Amino acid sequence: MLPELGQVLMALALLVAALQALLPLAGAHRGEPRLMAVARPASYAMLALVGGAFALLTWAFVSQDFSVRYVATNSNSLLPMVYRYTAVWGSHEGSLLLWVLVLCVWNALVAAFSRALPQAVVARVLGVLGIVACGFLAFLIFTSNPFERLLPAAAEGRDLNPLLQDPGMIIHPPMQYVGWAGFSVPFAFAIAALLDGHIDARWLRWVRPWTNVAWAFLTVGIALGSWWAYYELGWGGWWFWDPVENAAFMPWLVGAALIHSQAVTEKRGSFPGWTLLLAIAAFSLSLMGTFLVRSGVLTSVHAFAADPSRGLFILVFLGLVIGGSLLLYALRAGRLDPGAGFRPASRETLLLLNNLLLASACAMILLGTLYPLLADALELGKISVGPPYFGLLFFVLMAPLLALVPLGPLVRWQRDQASKVAALLLPWLGLALVAGAVAYFAAPQGSWKTAAGVTGAAWVGLGTLRFVWARLRNSGRLTAEMWGMVLAHLGLAVFVVGALLVEAQNVQREVALKPGQALELGRYAFRFEGVDQLRGPNYLADRGHVQVLRDGRPLALLHPEKRAYASGGQVMTEAGIRPGLAADVYVALGESLGDGAWAVRVHVKPFVRWIWGGAALMALGGLVAAGDRRFRRATKEKTA
Amino acid sequence: MNTPHKPQGLPVVAVVIGALFFLGLLGLMLHGVMRSGDADRDVLPSALIGKPAPEFVLPVLHDPSVQMGSAELRGAPYVLNVWGSWCVACREEHPVLTRFAETRRVRVVGYNWKDEPEDALRWLEQFGNPFFVVLADYEGRYVLDWGVAGAPETFLVDGAGVVRWKHTGPLTEQVVAERLLPALEQVERGR
Repeated sequence: MLPELGQVLMALALLVAALQALLPLAGAHRGEPRLMAVARPASYAMLALVGGAFALLTWAFVSQDFSVRYVATNSNSLLPMVYRYTAVWGSHEGSLLLWVLVLCVWNALVAAFSRALPQAVVARVLGVLGIVACGFLAFLIFTSNPFERLLPAAAEGRDLNPLLQDPGMIIHPPMQYVGWAGFSVPFAFAIAALLDGHIDARWLRWVRPWTNVAWAFLTVGIALGSWWAYYELGWGGWWFWDPVENAAFMPWLVGAALIHSQAVTEKRGSFPGWTLLLAIAAFSLSLMGTFLVRSGVLTSVHAFAADPSRGLFILVFLGLVIGGSLLLYALRAGRLDPGAGFRPASRETLLLLNNLLLASACAMILLGTLYPLLADALELGKISVGPPYFGLLFFVLMAPLLALVPLGPLVRWQRDQASKVAALLLPWLGLALVAGAVAYFAAPQGSWKTAAGVTGAAWVGLGTLRFVWARLRNSGRLTAEMWGMVLAHLGLAVFVVGALLVEAQNVQREVALKPGQALELGRYAFRFEGVDQLRGPNYLADRGHVQVLRDGRPLALLHPEKRAYASGGQVMTEAGIRPGLAADVYVALGESLGDGAWAVRVHVKPFVRWIWGGAALMALGGLVAAGDRRFRRATKEKTA
Repeated sequence: MNTPHKPQGLPVVAVVIGALFFLGLLGLMLHGVMRSGDADRDVLPSALIGKPAPEFVLPVLHDPSVQMGSAELRGAPYVLNVWGSWCVACREEHPVLTRFAETRRVRVVGYNWKDEPEDALRWLEQFGNPFFVVLADYEGRYVLDWGVAGAPETFLVDGAGVVRWKHTGPLTEQVVAERLLPALEQVERGR
């Protein structure tokens, strides 16, 4: 009976979401406190109901209830316990339930931490979140019911996709969803502000930490996905410009722009309309990401099944939410107070440029992602848009952004003398260029990319530290908000090192090795010591033993595996990786070539860790900035 | 209190452009959804079906000095699978294709498109090579003739060299069982 109870809980949650959408919005419109007061309890109730449904689905997996179709298709009696939990979001229905659960958590948090805001604002924000929850719950219940029965029950389940039987996959989707769903808060806030007709700096101060936290989680989610692809796909790549990666990356870019523009609007009152539009765009792109992943419109690693009813449903929902918000925006945005003016040489200008570049990058990715669809619709023949397009354009757009990063914090609001800032930074620019020149000549290969990476990273890193120095000398301390900014910008520098240097200096070899034979690659030597069989819980593996030496000294013993999963006969690679700050050593096992010889693929990937390290710093920066006392004080002042 | 401020509204041009862009995007995605709807996206039937397969001659991936093409393949039916090591969906369909090829009912010819030989060989080494032969078309010389839209794509050509069936996107067990096998059966029954 438990799965049926799960369905009942979802239906009740839909009902509550509908109430949360209708009553508080009507109450705020008519000024009736009693209707507005429904919002908070409704959001707690919704969390309890959806949480209950999620727990029941988890239980169905843990207890291996193969009479539930979703469980039968996504698990197997041999599946290890930990993956029974994660299999809950291993496919469409369950991951959608997780999405809704995460949305409900955000919703309840907003309800809990918004006491400082005027009741009408809270009612509007929660009402808008209620509408979003309604759409997702309806989608879940009408097109993707995870509790659907399979009668008679299956004797054995098909398995969880072996690609997903991995620790990285345990946390990647939840992080991703926390980020995506988190953008619903600034979105709801933007809609509330448009309904209300004006933006108050106090509310903006309230919403900023939410944007930061959502963005930080999205950063972690994307980085985890990239890390997972790196070690699990056995390909050694870390970013493929796959449509679904793009779907996650677009809201990230717009979210980054939003973080910056919210700061301007809160502090200076400038371009409020643009900030609201970005908030709408960030969430709309998150929704579109879900649409692209879930509709199977674009083929990618993540596209599982193409079910037109699902695609159509999300599309209609997408059209209503985005279309409705944009319509509201078109009607109301012109009435917003445009805020104080500013000179060309001012921080406002720089942040506007930042926004422009990030938004263009996002538009470029959107175009590239949808171009195959467009070409198809116009019958131009199908065209695939590959990494060269994305890589080049992204570089062209991001290079000026990198150039601007150190300037932003040092230039004053409203107006400044360009020459003063130039004098501050010029020596550091010189140093960065020298570092780049040294890198150019020191690099064994890919000199231009190496030089660009080193120069860019040194410029951003040194410029940011210059800001820290200036601050410490002038006022002795930095606020948490500034530390957050500093961390995120340093993270960017670290990321640039990783991304460009691994691109420029990656070395790989493909060889056939017999036990005892060795391969030399630069400072490294790889001695193949043979392959043995390994029995895992639900797979059989050929496990290679490769002794890695650096400068003649033993560095690591790596065990790349090829696993054949019992349930579907799928073969998966598990690369053997020796992580290192300066370089990863990466060994993957290919085919057996007979006579004890095996195809072995070896990569040396300089600085690849820095990619995820940089992302982690950026995320940390987002969180630290969100913890600034100023945001909390604003809240307290009001309650007192 | 905010200062009294003249409501001006957004510039009409901006609103119109925004609206058109939004509607265009929506229409585009609607088109995509409709296409994805059909069980396996052959809503646009290939213009080639029922027509002779294009003539082609290509180097063999594993031995580029050997050329092979439509003339050599004629005489018995074959399945042509367009793939590339850069294509993620190809990796996804590979186990399905492998299981199908292992039945040895028909020759499965790999059409390696827009690739590098090292990458392609490495890919096959890693994921297994189910192909009867792999032909390499790195400049995309014949893809237009075949009407190849993107990888993966799979064609069934009969013994007389006529294209009988085509599938765009990754093969799934369902597509193989419900579409490819029946089409193959028809070909084998000689009509």
